[in-house]
Amino acid sequence: MDAAHVHNGHGAHGHRNTGLMRWVTTTNHKDIGTLYLVFSLTMFFIGGLLALGIRAELFQPGLQFWQPEFFNQLTTMHGLIMVFGAIMPAFVGFANWQIPMMIGAPDMAFARMNNWSFWLLPPAALLLVASFFVPGGATAAGWTLYAPLSTQMGPGMDLAIFALHIMGASSIMGSINIITTILNMRAPGMTLMKMPLFVWTWLITAYLLIAVMPVLAGAITMLLTDRHFGTNFFNAAGGGDPVLFQHIFWFFGHPEVYIMILPGFGIVSQIVPTFSRKPLFGYSSMVYATASIAILSFIVWAHHMFTVGMPAATQLFFMYATMLIAVPTGVKVFNWIATMWKGSLTFETPMLFACGFIFVFSIGGFTGLVLAITPVDIQLQDTYYVVAHFHYVLVAGSLFALFAGAYYWLPKWTGHLYDERLGKWHFWLSMIFFNVTFFPMHFAGLAGMPRRVPDYALQFADFNMISSIGAFGFGLAQLIFVYAIVKCVRGGEKAKDKTWEGAEGLEWQVPSPAPYHTWETPPVIR
Amino acid sequence: MISKWVRSFTAAAAVLAAGVAGAQSRFNLQEPQSIIARQIYDLHTLIMWIIVVIFVVVFGAMTWAIIKHRKSVGHKAEQFHENTTVEIIWTIIPFFILIGMAYPATKTVIAMKDASSPDLTIKVTGYQWFWGYDYLQGEGEGVSFFSRLATPREQIENRAPKGDNYLMEVDNPVVVPVGKKVRIITTANDVIHSWFVPALGVKQDAIPGFVRDTWFKVDNPGTYRGQCAELCGKDHAFMPIVVEAVAPEKYAQWIAGQKKKMAAQADDPARSWTLDELKTRGEKVYAANCVACHQANGMGLPGTFPALSGSKVVNGPKEGQINTVLNGVVRDGKPTAMVAFGKQLSDTDIAAVITFTRNNWANKTGQAVTPADVKALRK
Repeated sequence: MDAAHVHNGHGAHGHRNTGLMRWVTTTNHKDIGTLYLVFSLTMFFIGGLLALGIRAELFQPGLQFWQPEFFNQLTTMHGLIMVFGAIMPAFVGFANWQIPMMIGAPDMAFARMNNWSFWLLPPAALLLVASFFVPGGATAAGWTLYAPLSTQMGPGMDLAIFALHIMGASSIMGSINIITTILNMRAPGMTLMKMPLFVWTWLITAYLLIAVMPVLAGAITMLLTDRHFGTNFFNAAGGGDPVLFQHIFWFFGHPEVYIMILPGFGIVSQIVPTFSRKPLFGYSSMVYATASIAILSFIVWAHHMFTVGMPAATQLFFMYATMLIAVPTGVKVFNWIATMWKGSLTFETPMLFACGFIFVFSIGGFTGLVLAITPVDIQLQDTYYVVAHFHYVLVAGSLFALFAGAYYWLPKWTGHLYDERLGKWHFWLSMIFFNVTFFPMHFAGLAGMPRRVPDYALQFADFNMISSIGAFGFGLAQLIFVYAIVKCVRGGEKAKDKTWEGAEGLEWQVPSPAPYHTWETPPVIR
Repeated sequence: MISKWVRSFTAAAAVLAAGVAGAQSRFNLQEPQSIIARQIYDLHTLIMWIIVVIFVVVFGAMTWAIIKHRKSVGHKAEQFHENTTVEIIWTIIPFFILIGMAYPATKTVIAMKDASSPDLTIKVTGYQWFWGYDYLQGEGEGVSFFSRLATPREQIENRAPKGDNYLMEVDNPVVVPVGKKVRIITTANDVIHSWFVPALGVKQDAIPGFVRDTWFKVDNPGTYRGQCAELCGKDHAFMPIVVEAVAPEKYAQWIAGQKKKMAAQADDPARSWTLDELKTRGEKVYAANCVACHQANGMGLPGTFPALSGSKVVNGPKEGQINTVLNGVVRDGKPTAMVAFGKQLSDTDIAAVITFTRNNWANKTGQAVTPADVKALRK
């Protein structure tokens, strides 16, 4: 997505470095957006490779490729890399590229901090990947890093802790930047309730990030001092409580899942009206639904912990609160469908991914409702049902939304139309193989197959084989995405300023490709 | 009234589901064998049907729009948006559906939590990577044993064909009487484990330093299998749970047998052991307790589990090694993966396994450690 280099020719702002130093020193929101997106795509493939390692081992019962210890490293690092290295930075990349263009601002509020918050990420990623090569290998405690298992781990655990600290700092800086930009730099006349929904969802997400990233930092710092400095936060023998870690982790962890999905809601809410040629059905109810989801996300964390044993009253509270989330989420889905209703629909790749998102994400939402019911959750907790559930919301949710957004705005970023045929292939193969991979996991989980196991009983063999085949298909299909991007960056049919017939919004009023500096004179919104 | 409606609805659903997927379905929860498991099963079925109905309505509408309202069939976009009535309706209706789901779920939550007045209480302790069972109260009080994976390594490493109960079989199953309320108390020795038997509707984390409880009452005699459900390290996948539910008379017989076995297992402290006797016994103890980390060749796994072959501790003074095995290795005040075996193994077993390691692989101390040596160092 090396988009901006095509403008190197126009020298109106000639103070830029060239070559590598341009990217190291850049303070331009578009350059930094590109950096974020390239970074996250790279991490997506590293994390994907680990996933294929997992699925290769699980293709058949018995140990074929890895020893159990290494298998646990694979599942742990797959989770950490995908969450912190792929999904979150990808959304920040979208925010960088789009928010200033969509609100009519010339750049992000804190341009230098923006540079810094990106350049923190590669060292953090390096720490994560390098942890595979230290004695004892990477952390194998699961991405949730539950104590006291994580206090048993080798130095790979420390590297992961430092990586998370750095990535957390990066996220917090990014959020401060996004909030300040949105609150202070909107074009005259753009009231909050006139902002594009993508901007709204990011504003709310940024607040979530600021609220919970320090909580994660606290949890892993306590872990670090427990490991090395003689504290006993999570060590029962020293008066600590292992369950405390889970409470703190999930107080971060549940808002975190909304951090990874709300901007996706925003992207889909931009795309569906465009290709329906019809305004979003309920703009304000979408904003309120997003805010409700964000607020509720702070009072549901213990639904990840129903099996640790808690009083009936506590279980009931968290069950009711969790079920409530279905209401605003339902409002969102109904809104998208009402937007499509009686529209004039076309199905270019962004719309395909958006419809795929609504359809498959809703399945993840439904299984979320199943899991909200405490007794059923106790049966399904830590089984493959949960693995299926969160991949339905994270892959078919967040990732499909990211794909949709990428195809939607690529013409604006590169100035070229992407290859529609490639895009459609990418969508259909992703959609089919995604379901082949993850749908059978529901059945394996219902039958009682625990997650995070390198080997399993024979009755789970068929489902696992199907999943593994699907996973390799899904992985290969992603190469089409890379090819489509590269092809689009290098050339292709010239994109119009307003690429899509039904598109609304300020980003479609600037030229395609978007010049290095946009909205130096803010537009006036009536 | 509602529960009646729920029951007839779920019954109808079950018939339908069975018709679709065949009898004991591979596509559903395991056949429930306790009252709680059955309530969970029915709740799940109820929710699934609610979901199916919502799914059909919502995605029916979406599919309709996708087919009929496309530009390619000449549909012109209408520009309507914002309709407060519609928006209130689709906020309120889900709310009432949720209440309908929450009501039966609440009843089950309360029933699940009621572990009072049990007929039998069993303490379950999670170890890396096996389970310990102590019958604390009720018939069989005092019975105590460990339960380990019985699947041979050859099957796991694909050197032998896999048996029917591959990874779901143990050396000593937990035996319980049918129709009796069994309270399970969980705790753990090292990290968090989770005691999970799907058919009984029981999953309870076992947390080191804390005690939690749950309960079940098995309806029918049979063997019910489950696995550890909380990631607990390397061999998390290899610590299954097998519950054998038997008629009360058979249970009494089993208890008598267990007590006899326990008495026989207690070694005569006055017996004197030769080096070879200790080595032979030690090899078995090693295979059961040590091999997972320190490996059969005594070389451990570099970086994680130290080698015993050539180790300074193993070839050093015997007191040092006895202390390590009895009390585990504590680093910076924290227990490490080398846990204390003092509570799990008898003096004789510890003496035997130490003798074995001191006279095997590259280690040639020629020294026998006696049960009396171990006893002397116990605190």
